[in-house]
Amino acid sequence: MGYPHKSHPRETAVLSKYFGDAEARTLDGWKKRGGYRALEQALQMAPADVVNVVKDSGLRGRGGAGFPTGVKWSFMKIGDGKPHYLCCNADESEPGTFKDREIMRWTPHALIEGCAVGAYAIGAETAYIYVRGEFTECIRRLNDALKEAYAANILGANAMGTGKRIDVYVHSGAGAYICGEETALMNSLEGKRGNPRIKPPFPAVAGLFGMPTTINNVETLAAVPHILINGAEWYKAMSLSSPKSTGTKLFSVCGNVARPGNYEIVMGFPFKDFLYDLCGGPLPGRKFKGVIPGGCSVPIQTMEEAEATMMDYEGFVAQGTMLGSGGVIIFDDAQSIPRMTARHARFYAHESCAQCTQCREGTAWTTKILDRIVAGQGTFEDLDTLLEMAENMTGKTICVLSDSCATVVVSALQKYRHEFEALITGKRSSSVAATPGAAA
Amino acid sequence: MAENTVNLTIEGRPVSVPAGTSILEAAKTAGVLIPHYCYHSGLPVAGVCRMCLVEVEKMPKLAPACATTVGEGQVVHVYSEKALEARKGVLEFLLINHPLDCPICDQSGECELQDYTFAEGRADSRYREPKRFDPAEDFGGDVLYVKNRCILCTRCVRFMDDVHETTALAVVERGDRAFIGKAPDADLTQPWAANVVDLCPVGALLSKDFLNKARAWELDRTASVCTGCSQGCNITVEMRDNAVMRFKPRANEHVNKFFMCDAGRFSYRDLNRADRLEHPLVAGMAADWETALAAAAKALQGRKAHVVASPSLSNEALYLLKKLAAKTGATVRYHVAQGPEAPLPGVDDLALRADRAANATACELFGFTRTDDVLAGLNAGDVVIAAGDVLEGLGADALAKVGAVIAIGTLRPTTTVATVALPIATVVEEEGTFTNLRGRVQRFLQAKQAPGLARPSWYVLADLLASLGEKAGFHTASEAFDALAVGEAPFAGLSYGALALSGAVVQGAAAGAK
Repeated sequence: MGYPHKSHPRETAVLSKYFGDAEARTLDGWKKRGGYRALEQALQMAPADVVNVVKDSGLRGRGGAGFPTGVKWSFMKIGDGKPHYLCCNADESEPGTFKDREIMRWTPHALIEGCAVGAYAIGAETAYIYVRGEFTECIRRLNDALKEAYAANILGANAMGTGKRIDVYVHSGAGAYICGEETALMNSLEGKRGNPRIKPPFPAVAGLFGMPTTINNVETLAAVPHILINGAEWYKAMSLSSPKSTGTKLFSVCGNVARPGNYEIVMGFPFKDFLYDLCGGPLPGRKFKGVIPGGCSVPIQTMEEAEATMMDYEGFVAQGTMLGSGGVIIFDDAQSIPRMTARHARFYAHESCAQCTQCREGTAWTTKILDRIVAGQGTFEDLDTLLEMAENMTGKTICVLSDSCATVVVSALQKYRHEFEALITGKRSSSVAATPGAAA
Repeated sequence: MAENTVNLTIEGRPVSVPAGTSILEAAKTAGVLIPHYCYHSGLPVAGVCRMCLVEVEKMPKLAPACATTVGEGQVVHVYSEKALEARKGVLEFLLINHPLDCPICDQSGECELQDYTFAEGRADSRYREPKRFDPAEDFGGDVLYVKNRCILCTRCVRFMDDVHETTALAVVERGDRAFIGKAPDADLTQPWAANVVDLCPVGALLSKDFLNKARAWELDRTASVCTGCSQGCNITVEMRDNAVMRFKPRANEHVNKFFMCDAGRFSYRDLNRADRLEHPLVAGMAADWETALAAAAKALQGRKAHVVASPSLSNEALYLLKKLAAKTGATVRYHVAQGPEAPLPGVDDLALRADRAANATACELFGFTRTDDVLAGLNAGDVVIAAGDVLEGLGADALAKVGAVIAIGTLRPTTTVATVALPIATVVEEEGTFTNLRGRVQRFLQAKQAPGLARPSWYVLADLLASLGEKAGFHTASEAFDALAVGEAPFAGLSYGALALSGAVVQGAAAGAK
């Protein structure tokens, strides 16, 4: 990871290689480290060839859904007479996730280069980087880097002296979780309220300003230059397990753990080693109780499940959860699962865009019930209501915010039901250690 | 067309609709109303209420019928267990914060939340938490916003944004704190703003004018046409106790889609006036019809007549007025009151028109003279026939030198110059037809009883013609119209029955007609 801790020997630093290296932020420093060679190379290739390299590499979207990036790019029909757009989703609003932030803070040119290559590959002249508004340092770093890139004619009307136009803009979000949803992000970028749009039409048909648009995560785009320089085979080889999950992945680790931070490992790394070796295991005197491995929208794993997990798209699914955004939230035996679940639900209730009935009302109702259970006023009927409500909130709305809220509640209730029941019956949950401040 | 037609099955019924149609609209053609809140045929699709979820075979998830286009061979189940459960869930969510104050809510009885809850909702609520409470807000104009009842379907927002093309309303805040907010200093006084009340499927947007006046189930409803301007918006007259309570727009895709302007909406008040002429007058004294008609015939004897017509009389009345003018050798003049034109930007060819009269088009078709000075050419000793409450505008001075005045109208003449006054019914008290500015002939039906001895205008004019020796020979508005269709070339081929409730266009108007 390289920052703030020393990189662990079992990490594979590709994207995180220069984290903590202030010189890598400048254009000169970045060029010394091999920067913008991939863009130079890409601009000499046909766009379809760039897409094919990315397709061959097996790179999949790092934002959460894991859709193959090259396939996504191939949906853009070059020469359809319409302006194309590339959006970079740098909203990184998923709680527990802070990998994109580090990419933008330390290697802004890596992202700009990725955007330029991506834009060229999909036939776009314009790329927008939509950055979470709270990331003021990232916005500053990106703008500084953009200024340098334009001054050096890397971007602009004559990008790298090839006569091709590539413009990259940084746009600051205004503080909404939902603007990390791709169509809400586009609405927000257009100056509208950040509400997700009904799909179809999908962004590749009608996205930003109604034009064909591709939207990729920061980590996805930042990986593209490395793939172009080192080749698809090199990227594909970085996998310890499934051939469907290739390359390296950044995981953001937070919670009750000895060494929180960002870690970059190859796909298929054993989660058990990751938690106890790289991250240093639990804090002294504590035991891990569970993990949310992919940002707060994926199901909770028990330690039993987590320790059996191989860290790739398929590995997490095999153990009852998802890789998601790679935001690993760890909690130990001092934490109350009902209290944590209530906190999660409150987040979704706060962030629901209020369009769909199930989400607007369901997230708030879920929160009210969970708060009541945590306060010791719950009933057993409440648990049934929560599960039935979660069913009504799943797969029925425009976006998946509602599903995400339901996921947390359902997985917590399925895997830690005894803690909820202990609160209802008034008996202290035996699995919550006595810690000042921990509600139980 | 054949290759653009999609065949599918909805609730076991085969349906063929044009490609691109939504499942919701296709279901209507099969006689299946899929429950919905945010969808409205006159507004862009939002797909947010999630009430119209239906099961489509081979689709992994339930589909919102409003936002899903039909596909060849689709099999749609509206009432499958899965779809019913999903809609029951939506209804439960909508009701957790919705106050159950139906007994004091104006929408009660015409509330889609009531209707669908009754049809598909739970019998009880599992909600044990306090309901959210927000005070009501006056949106200005005629609109009151009762936040607690709002289900955030955003029909009002989309109407103001996309149809009225005015920035006035928006969804403010997020999650369950969200509400409809009004832009600062933008009261809903725009000319078409009160349509948001009709569009609101629940009791969140209410008419201040109608507030607490009547319950929806007490109202008698009659199809009619607005007389406020030459657009001829189709309306429903809603009555209680022989008084008009309100006008609501009635859908007609050729004329007004689903809307009507505020000026037309509140013109109902004129129909509840107390100063009605309830019996004929002869020289200011009450008289029966026979006496009055005889007096009128006598006044016309040997004098030249000068006819002033109201451009808001029915086609039938104007037709008889034309015959009356021919009989007495008179010309017919009419004046059309003017006002500023106020278009509804999002709908093609829909506006509050500058011509503030219902039937100026028929006046023109009948060859009447449009003028600002309706008494031009009047000679001393002439008889003025003022048909349709046009006497008041003429003034006593101008009429001082005439031989006689026959006033045909709904209101008591305030001037005493009328030799004979004949009481007629208002637009809601008789039936007949109007011709709108695009030549569309539209029927209006009788909603209430005329007061006292007042009679339908076509009936009075037919009688007056008969008293001059020309027997009209018809006894209903329908017969009057059919006679008109035979006698007047532009109306050839039209029949009263075939006009139905959406009307038909006169000859020669087809090119510009809507």
